[in-house]
Amino acid sequence: MFEYTIFLCVILFFFIFQLFSTHEKMSRKTAVLQQCCPRANFISVEHLRFLQALITWKSVISLLRPLLLDVVPTIQQTAALALGRLAYFNDDLAEAVVKEDILPQLVCSLSEQNRFYKKAAAFVLRAVGKHSPQLAQAIVECGALEALVICLEDFDPGVKEGAAWALGYIARHNSELSQAVVDAGAVPLLVLCIQEPEIALKRIAASTLSDISKHSPELAQTVVDAGAIAYLAQMILNPDAKLKCQVLSALSQIAKHSVDLAELVVEAEIFPVVLTCMKDSDEYVKKNGATLIREIAKHSPELSQFIVNAGGVAAVIDCIGSCKGTVRLPGIMMLGYVAAHSENLSMAVIVSKGIPPLCTCLLEEHEDHIKAAAAWALGQIGRHTPEHARAVAETNVLGTLLSMYMDIRSSEDLQLKAKRALKNILQKCTYLPALEPLLHDAPPNIMKHIVGQFSKVLPHDSKARRLFVTSGGLKKVQEIKAEPGSLLQEYINTINNCYPEEVVRYYSPGYSEMLLERVENYQPVL
Amino acid sequence: MAALVRLETRLSRLREEYFLKNRSVDEDRKIVYKAAVKIQSWFRGCRVRAYLRYLNKMAISIQKWWRGYQSRRYFRKMIKTAYFIMKMNFYNEMAVRIQKRWRGYYVRKYTHNYYALKKYLEAISLNNEIVRNELQEYAEMNEKKKKKKDLEKKEKEKKYKARKMHYLLSTEQIAGIYNSPFRKFPDPMELLLRQSKPLSHRQQQPKSPFTYDLYDWPTCKRPPAFPTGEPLPPIGRQKPQGPFRDAAEVLRQRYKPLEPTLRVAASISSPLEKAREEMKREEWRKCIHDNEFLPFSSYHKNEKYELSIHASEKIGKETYGIKHFREVQPNKWIAGKDFQTVLPSIVLFEKFGKTYSKAGQIV
Repeated sequence: MFEYTIFLCVILFFFIFQLFSTHEKMSRKTAVLQQCCPRANFISVEHLRFLQALITWKSVISLLRPLLLDVVPTIQQTAALALGRLAYFNDDLAEAVVKEDILPQLVCSLSEQNRFYKKAAAFVLRAVGKHSPQLAQAIVECGALEALVICLEDFDPGVKEGAAWALGYIARHNSELSQAVVDAGAVPLLVLCIQEPEIALKRIAASTLSDISKHSPELAQTVVDAGAIAYLAQMILNPDAKLKCQVLSALSQIAKHSVDLAELVVEAEIFPVVLTCMKDSDEYVKKNGATLIREIAKHSPELSQFIVNAGGVAAVIDCIGSCKGTVRLPGIMMLGYVAAHSENLSMAVIVSKGIPPLCTCLLEEHEDHIKAAAAWALGQIGRHTPEHARAVAETNVLGTLLSMYMDIRSSEDLQLKAKRALKNILQKCTYLPALEPLLHDAPPNIMKHIVGQFSKVLPHDSKARRLFVTSGGLKKVQEIKAEPGSLLQEYINTINNCYPEEVVRYYSPGYSEMLLERVENYQPVL
Repeated sequence: MAALVRLETRLSRLREEYFLKNRSVDEDRKIVYKAAVKIQSWFRGCRVRAYLRYLNKMAISIQKWWRGYQSRRYFRKMIKTAYFIMKMNFYNEMAVRIQKRWRGYYVRKYTHNYYALKKYLEAISLNNEIVRNELQEYAEMNEKKKKKKDLEKKEKEKKYKARKMHYLLSTEQIAGIYNSPFRKFPDPMELLLRQSKPLSHRQQQPKSPFTYDLYDWPTCKRPPAFPTGEPLPPIGRQKPQGPFRDAAEVLRQRYKPLEPTLRVAASISSPLEKAREEMKREEWRKCIHDNEFLPFSSYHKNEKYELSIHASEKIGKETYGIKHFREVQPNKWIAGKDFQTVLPSIVLFEKFGKTYSKAGQIV
């Protein structure tokens, strides 16, 4: 199969060479070029790499270049399409396309030719611009942006789509390129494109707006000033899943930069419509919807309050429960942000039954960054007051957090987040049954918090003292070795002072040996 | 007398005594003078000292009095400030008490209002329930829609299959495969076949090249169907009826000259009618004016007499045709000057073909 394709290619190229040099009939040329395009598809990537070594496709590109100026329009279009396909697969080929000075030609003819050529030329620009910022910069430098923006005004929706896609790929790389795209006046035309009836065009325009506004607040403000938010908000109701994905992503890129932008997005009345996206069958719609809600919630307590009042927390919790993997991550982070703002919001999260999904997340997920996010969110929920800490501790998640902190295989980020969450919760936790299991395997820096909590609760609660003794906690505390004068020692002393001396001595290590020694030294009185 | 005797006795010694006295006085004079000076100077010193002492005392007294006055002033000021501070402290304390009470009240009632918080959390859970229910309904609705769509698609496929396999229908003689004689009732496929119309061998219309999604452009397997000069299929592809006649015959028939019948050729109207019409035409030709001949009455008494052409002209040679060749009637002119031969252009029409962007060219 492999040799067959190579053989075919070689034959093909001989054929091409002959044809081009002897000016054969137009229909033959067309036929050959049309053959060339499917070949470029059927050749897989490995074959392509091999062929790169065998026959330089760069020579193919230089062969294709004069065809772009051919009289017959079909040949021009097919040549452009072939160039685009070649550039799409590999960035070396894309660089070769740039080096051969094909781009200025394409740009000049973009404004003059018919719509098929425009589509093919836009495809070439997109293919070149997708690989790296330098190639995109090269495209900008040869003045392609103005031509593409002119294409955006064309009547044919396919041309608009190609132009918008190319602009999106260029703007994706960094904020200078985005700024260049905005300076060429693309944003109002893109907003017009969004209003067009064709779904594919809407998708691409939304994704381009998303790529433009993701880099900086000024760019996002430019997009907002063109009036994009209202149209994007309307399109959330559209049944097409991919369109919803792009629209939600665009809105979240706008909202993430500042409080004002987030408030503008909220004022477009996306709640409670956005919550229906959390129940969509497509996973990426759920993820992007959760991302949007997260970006809004993280800015200020008022926005979080608004989201909670609209029932957003319940929707996000259900979404977390129903998904698996990275799709859950934005939802988890959203819960963390909401709970971090104030204790009332944190209580609202607890009341909406937010903690069980987070615990299952912590246990089930394989990726460390998701576990770290879940640990962080639990820490934010539990750190406010003893009530919150109790609610978190009751689910027995503290042991999991501790094991994650102690596990050598977990990443540094996970360990750090687990430790912080544990500390935050422990400093407020007065729920002793949850603290006791931790006494046995905690490292010293966690131990002091645990013992500290015990020392705060035990002096006042007699039942707890009894439970502490019977469960073996007092024994464990005696076994802890602490430096005299440290905080841990003080806590231990406080605990020991709660109990009568004999009990403390009974539980101290080595008591049985001491008793036996006394037995040995005892002189019986006859 | 006795005195005189005494005096005479002392007389001899008088001179000596007198001389001695003066000499002793002289001798003592320096000493006495110095003593007197000393005494005087000492006395003067005493006096001056006493004066200075007096001055001192006075100065002390003034200063004493002045210092006392200043200190009393200062003291009064100190007292005033101390009093003021005391008052302010007192007020502060009272204010703190009031604020303490107020803040405690406010926080307990509004910020950390336990009952309000409880109600709020209950409201949140209720709202969450509602939201969850609604979302559940929405999800179910979507599911149902999807299922319905799938079902419909399947139905459509089944029907299409049945139409394609219509030939498997059972006939009177031979039972089809879906109508086995051993079954109690025919297979549902059989019933479907019975209902469906057979699919004719009509060619599928060639798919237009713009229908596929540009989204899949780079990986589309078919080459794009660019127009390659294929002519469109003719409209209405039913087989033309035959047999056709010869073209020359048809043309001859089409362009045959008119051969009207006698009835058609002759006019409808009778000779009498024709004669009448003839007369009317003659009259019309000969008529001088259109005014009706009215009967004698005073109707046209006030008719203005119209001048004949000869009479209505002025005497003399006609200037028209000799002196000037164009008749002008200035009293009928509406404007003083000639009409414009070149009219101003209409702005809208100037823009024709220029404002609409030809592939985006800005005018």
